[in-house]
Amino acid sequence: MKKDKKGQLASQNLLAWSLLLPSFIILGIFVFYPMVKTFILSMQLTDLMGNPIKFIGFKNFLNLFNSDSFGTSFTVTLIFVFFSTTLTLIMSYLMAVLASQKMKGIALFRTMFSSTMGVSVTVASILWLFMFNPQIGLFSKILTLLHLPQINFLSDQTWSLIAIIGTTVWMNLGFSFLILLGAIQAIPQDLYQVADLDGASWWMRLRKITIPSTSATIFFVTVVTLINAFQTFGQVDILTSGGPDYHTNLLVYAIYQDAFVNHSVGRASAQSVILTIIIMIFTMLQFYVKNKKGAKNAN
Amino acid sequence: MSIELQHLKKTYENGEEVLTDINTTIENGQFYILVGASGSGKSTILNAIAGFIPIDEGAVIINGKDVTQLPPKDRNLSMVFQNYALMPNLTVSENIVFGLAARHTDKDIQQKKLREVLNLVHLEEYKNKKPGNLSGGQRQRVSLARALVSDAQIILMDEPLSNLDAKLRAEMRKEIRSLQQQLGITVIYVTHDQTEAMTMGDQVMLLNEGKIEQIGSPLDLYNVPANTFVADFFGSPAINLVDVSIKNDILELNNTFKIPFNFENVQGKFKLGARPENIVIKNSGQLKGKVTHIEPLGDGTNLEVDIGLVEPFRIKVSEQIHLMIGDSVNFDILPDKVLLFTLEGNLIKIGQSELTVV
Repeated sequence: MKKDKKGQLASQNLLAWSLLLPSFIILGIFVFYPMVKTFILSMQLTDLMGNPIKFIGFKNFLNLFNSDSFGTSFTVTLIFVFFSTTLTLIMSYLMAVLASQKMKGIALFRTMFSSTMGVSVTVASILWLFMFNPQIGLFSKILTLLHLPQINFLSDQTWSLIAIIGTTVWMNLGFSFLILLGAIQAIPQDLYQVADLDGASWWMRLRKITIPSTSATIFFVTVVTLINAFQTFGQVDILTSGGPDYHTNLLVYAIYQDAFVNHSVGRASAQSVILTIIIMIFTMLQFYVKNKKGAKNAN
Repeated sequence: MSIELQHLKKTYENGEEVLTDINTTIENGQFYILVGASGSGKSTILNAIAGFIPIDEGAVIINGKDVTQLPPKDRNLSMVFQNYALMPNLTVSENIVFGLAARHTDKDIQQKKLREVLNLVHLEEYKNKKPGNLSGGQRQRVSLARALVSDAQIILMDEPLSNLDAKLRAEMRKEIRSLQQQLGITVIYVTHDQTEAMTMGDQVMLLNEGKIEQIGSPLDLYNVPANTFVADFFGSPAINLVDVSIKNDILELNNTFKIPFNFENVQGKFKLGARPENIVIKNSGQLKGKVTHIEPLGDGTNLEVDIGLVEPFRIKVSEQIHLMIGDSVNFDILPDKVLLFTLEGNLIKIGQSELTVV
């Protein structure tokens, strides 16, 4: 009897491991191995083919911190992340508040507002590339119409970053709008009925009911948008290729440039490690808040 | 603060009538109960009074003033909700003064009123807690305090006790009723619970599928139900309703029982209503059947006895009786408490006296 139980346990273990094995293999090949390899490479001097030549410790990192281009790249990444996240959040929240109202034809707006979710990065970037075009673009036409001086959106150091932020915010809107709309619609209606009876203003409703009731979702959308912003690549590649003078050279694009254009794999790996650490911090923050919230709800 | 409802009508877009011609007057200081099953339209009436939903026809008149077209904030009402409707991010105090803050009441007055009302609902020690840390009963007290603090003379309550457990519900029933009487406010109270309707109300409106079945005091509805629906709604266990025919002062039940009954000059087929407590068990009883169900309550006993009708007879006696399922039992219906309905279900006679109230 006892032996049977033991045998059963062993076969259960075997089943568990065999079910886990495919995930382990896939994660191992595509996630864990590249991660470890990147970490090792970040401490190596590499040849043009990317083969390690010599262990140099943290020298790649030190070189990065002393390099102007990385400095610019890092600074514009932070500016980009801050503005694209903030603008996405404020705009999509306002859109969600507007679209949560009950009126005829509101479904049309909900569909329109969330439609950018279905547009791929490449398509969106090319669309905006046309709009930014100095000769035939929508924006230059508008400037002409208003008798304003022309702006080279994609070759001016400041305007190019603004252009990329604008494009990114537009692409983000659909997803965060939809998630926030869901959260707003889940707020119990009786809270607003209380506000109705008391004649609370629109601003008071927003501040005391809507925003507090959706704070968890706002936090989730913020973190997701933030992490996505750190990983921005397609817009940069299509609109500006990181220029002018590294002023739109966001981290992931800089990594790509160093690894596959400049063939300096060690330097690219070091930047990857830095990016990984940044994203890890935000992910951990999210898990921490989520667990804290879960524990609080359980009480 | 009286409220008048005049010919309220509401039809959904799919053609379903939720309210069909609702008329009533709610007097100042009355505890007025709207009771009915779900879908009967009771909450719709409450929402129409509050102004949350538009009505198709009719008028809501508060204190002589037609408020039908006014927004909720101009109707001078407050409300207590089934799910408390407390802002989870605000403390008890902040929740209570929410309306005062919205109306820009002076801060000192807010604090003074807050203290008074906290004292009234016994929540002083919880004033800085968040609703999430309170029990269901305490939350509903906060919600009650928020309604009381506004100085509105009319409070609408939408099933405020349905989320509470039975013991707490009984306590809160008393508390709400005594607060209402102490402060002299008018309360319109929606419930599906007949006990709440019976125990709390001055006036009760029983609704069924958007129609008023009867309006009256709780005991009127119990003793003089206008029809079989009302009779069946109140009372637990439910009233016994059986088809009978009466001929020459003989009541015939199911072709088997023939009982002499003194119904002067009433002849024909009827529905007879007998409350379970108006039946007596005795060996000389003229009705006879087998016990199919027995509920000892301690202070009494509920029985179900099968006498060969569609439904067993429900009997409620006030003593502990020792019978087993399958035992044979004889009983009588007390003739002067019997309700006689037409086959359509309208009351025509109570006991052996002529019906004067309709």
